[in-house]
Formats: sequence, C-alpha cells, structure tokens
Amino acid sequence: MKRHWLLAVNSLIVLGCLLGLWQGLVSFNHVKPYILPGPRAVAAAVYDRFPSLMSSLAITTEEAGGGLAASILVGVAIAMLFARWQWVRRTLYPYTILLQTVPIVAIAPLIINWVGPGIVAVTVVTFIICLAPIIANTTQGLISVEENQVHLFLMYKASPAQVLLKLRLPNALPSLFTGVRISAGISVIGALTGELFAGSTQVGQGGLGYAITYANNQMETAYMFALVFAATMLGFTFFFIVMFLEWLALHNWHESKRQQIAE
Amino acid sequence: MVTRRSVPEIALEGVGKRFRDGAVALDGISLSVERGEFVTFLGPSGCGKSTLLKLVSGLSQVSAGSVEVNGISPVNAREMMSFIFQDPTLLPWRTVEENVGLELELQHTARPAAKVRVEKMLELVGLAHVARSYPRQLSGGMKMRASIARALVTRPRILLMDEPFAALDEMSRDRLNEELLKLYSEQKWTVLFVTHSVAEAVFLSSRIVILAAHPGRVACEVEVDLPWPRTAETRETEDFDAQVAHTSRLLRGVYQG
Repeated sequence: MKRHWLLAVNSLIVLGCLLGLWQGLVSFNHVKPYILPGPRAVAAAVYDRFPSLMSSLAITTEEAGGGLAASILVGVAIAMLFARWQWVRRTLYPYTILLQTVPIVAIAPLIINWVGPGIVAVTVVTFIICLAPIIANTTQGLISVEENQVHLFLMYKASPAQVLLKLRLPNALPSLFTGVRISAGISVIGALTGELFAGSTQVGQGGLGYAITYANNQMETAYMFALVFAATMLGFTFFFIVMFLEWLALHNWHESKRQQIAE
Repeated sequence: MVTRRSVPEIALEGVGKRFRDGAVALDGISLSVERGEFVTFLGPSGCGKSTLLKLVSGLSQVSAGSVEVNGISPVNAREMMSFIFQDPTLLPWRTVEENVGLELELQHTARPAAKVRVEKMLELVGLAHVARSYPRQLSGGMKMRASIARALVTRPRILLMDEPFAALDEMSRDRLNEELLKLYSEQKWTVLFVTHSVAEAVFLSSRIVILAAHPGRVACEVEVDLPWPRTAETRETEDFDAQVAHTSRLLRGVYQG
C-alpha cells in the first residue's frame, strides 16, 4: 500500500518537472504561443473556454462510447453465430478482416454521404473501426473450449443454448475483454477521425476532433493543446473503465488476475 | 459361468472403432458387464481404453458392432451414466458448489432441492468447507473429489472413469481409492474404470479386462477374488500381492506381444 503511494508521488514529481521544463523553455526562448504555447497558456485556454471544451468532450464521449457499445453488442452477437455454425464462420470470417483493412479515412466521407454529417455519422465510423477486434477475440474465446468440457455438457444433455451461455460465453470472457480493451483505445481515435470529416452540422458545436481542426485553422494553438489533452484523457478513461470491468468479471477465477489477489 | 440375465447392464458385441485417418483403435471387442460390477481396463498406451469408455458413453460412435447400455443405445442411456475424466474438468468461473450443481442446474432441478443434494454430496466427499471456493484454490486431490461429487450428485447407475487419479500423488490416490470403494459399497453403481496402475486395478475391481494394442482387443480377463469390503489393510495382505503379481504377469505378456 505504501509503495503505491510512493509511486504516485514519484509520478507527480516527474510530471511537475516536465511541465516546469516545458514552461522554462518556452519563456526563456520567447517561443511564439501559436507555435508552441507553454503549459500556463494551455491552462489559461482550458479555463477561458471551459464550457465549449466540455461540450466538445461530451459530444466525442457520446460518439466514441456509443460506437464502442454498439460494436460490443454487434461483435459479440456475430461471434456467437460464428461459434454456433462453423460454416457461417468459414464463409463470413474473411470479411471481418476487411473491416480491419478498410481505410477508414477513405470511407468516412461515404458514410457522411449516406447518413448525413453529425453525431450519427461519427458513431458509425467509430463502430466500424471498433468491430473487428471484438469479433476476432470473442470468436477465438468461444471456440477454444476444452474438448472434455464440451463432452461434459453433452453427457448432461445440455441444449445448444446452454452450451453457449454456460460454457462458451464464460470461457470467452477473458478474450472478449482483450478485444474490448483494444477497441476502447481506438474508439476515441475513430471518433476524432470521423469528426475531421463530419464533425458538425453547425459551426462551433462539434466534438473534439472538429474543434481541433477549427482551433488549428484559427491558430488557437493553446486551445488545440487543451483539446488534444482532453482527447487523450478520454481514451485513457475508457481504457481504465474497461480494465476495471475486466477485473470485476475475472478476478475471482481467472489465472491472469492471480497477481492482484495475492497482493 | 453364471446364468446371464436377459439384459446386461453394458453389452458390447464385436465392437470396432476406426478413426477418420484409418487407424484402427478397437477391433472385435465383445464384453458383457452385469449390474454392480467394477470392471477395470488395463493395457498399453494405444490399446483403446479411453476410446472404449467414449463408445459406452455415446460420446463417440462405433464403426462396427454394437454397444447397448441397459438394452438401449448409449446416447439414450446418458441419464443413468456419469463420466469422470482424467482432468477434473471443473469450470474455473464457477465455485465448487456451482460446479457440483451444474447438471442439476442444466436440467432445471428445483433450486432448494438441488442445493440440498449438492450440500450432502460435498459433505460426503469432504469438501463442505470449500463449497464457495474456486477450483484454482484447490489442490489436485480436492479438484478430483469435486469432480467425483459432480458425477455422483445425479445418482447415476453407471460410472465411467477414465484414469481419474492418474495425476495424483500415490497417497492421495490410495485414499481416494478407499473412499471410492466405500461409496461404491453404499451406492452400488456399475463401474467401468481405466488405469495404468495394476495395484489400483486389483484393489478396486471385481474384474480386470486386459487389452492388447494395435488394434485394441481383449487379451484376457482376470476375476479379482479379494474379499469385500476392501480397506487400506487389504493392500497389506498376501492375497493382494499375489493378485497384483498375477495380473502384472499377464499384462507383461501383452506388452511383449
């Protein structure tokens, strides 16, 4: 416990030193704020424009979170179909790889053509970019069940639904979470990418990605830094939430969580 | 020869098993097991001991001949059988009591009734104190007890045991053997048991079937006429040693072909 506390203090000291160094370099060399603002200028930008920063953050959170949630629901459902019928998996699995290789920046404009600019289009872009890792990892977990465990369920005359819900799905939880962790990280990137193309239907009311483009065009570099910082923290928060849920679901029984129990 | 009852508990007639790659696992196995017999299969690796249990349980289908359990096909007779694997095959995400209660849960047995049966069974195998623990917190021997409890909680007539104690140290194995026989004397199942240990086979069985390999076939049978009930002391008797020596000799013959 004490070691954790020390570790946190050390990290904070490192952060303080870096910020100090950054501010010192900028002040000492008289770097123009639109080239590289110091941390004080960034903090001032956060303070001055807090409401619009928060509204951008809220929009991106909604898009990234919505896309991620949809990709989990749809991805797990598809993985279940893949696990239930081998021929479905054999036939359709190659197409899920296409999801991963399709250049999202190229099809984002297409999606905007189809659904119109705004939150829905960005959510769809996020959904597409998040889907493949969920399908791939969950399918792997669903089909890699020990043969004897399947035999056991056969001896028990379990229905296919029972095999899926009581054997394959719990067995797939660790790999499902691996997929969600990957997708949580890229969901924010997906949302930002989408926003670059379809950020807003009205000027000044888009998410972080839109606001970043806008601030860049206006040479509001300090605010841009603040937006980038907010986007980074958003991705980090998603990741952290998933880690926590994963711990909740697995810490009782899964080997990967043994360390945490021992502590 | 005892007069055959009209329907033996387990009847194999000219059973053959050929795998998809063409390898012949079993050839021309005929065997009749009466109710309440404890039959153990001994033999070299590749003689098809485990395959035989899979055929009787209906987890695998014969390529030739027929298998009948109580006069009906194995798949239809599954309700009266329990399979115990070499690996405890406990589900790691379920506690011990949830594992033991799995089959009752799948068959929608009323919860209070299931709970009572699980509790009784855990007491019987000495696991009541770890009912809420997860499998990874148990020793190998305790996991196997849990696996046995899970098999017995549905009150099977027939137990199929595929090297259940092979991964345990000798002391744990001996103790579990003794406890298994105690339960056997009370519950009177018919048991098909697979092992590599001659001493274990002699201690447990009423009859030992020695199989030869390539292809798997019955080489010979040994009636074990040690008195019942058998306890730890049984292992110290001369009769036991003699029976082990006799069986080992027969087994050696099979290994040497």
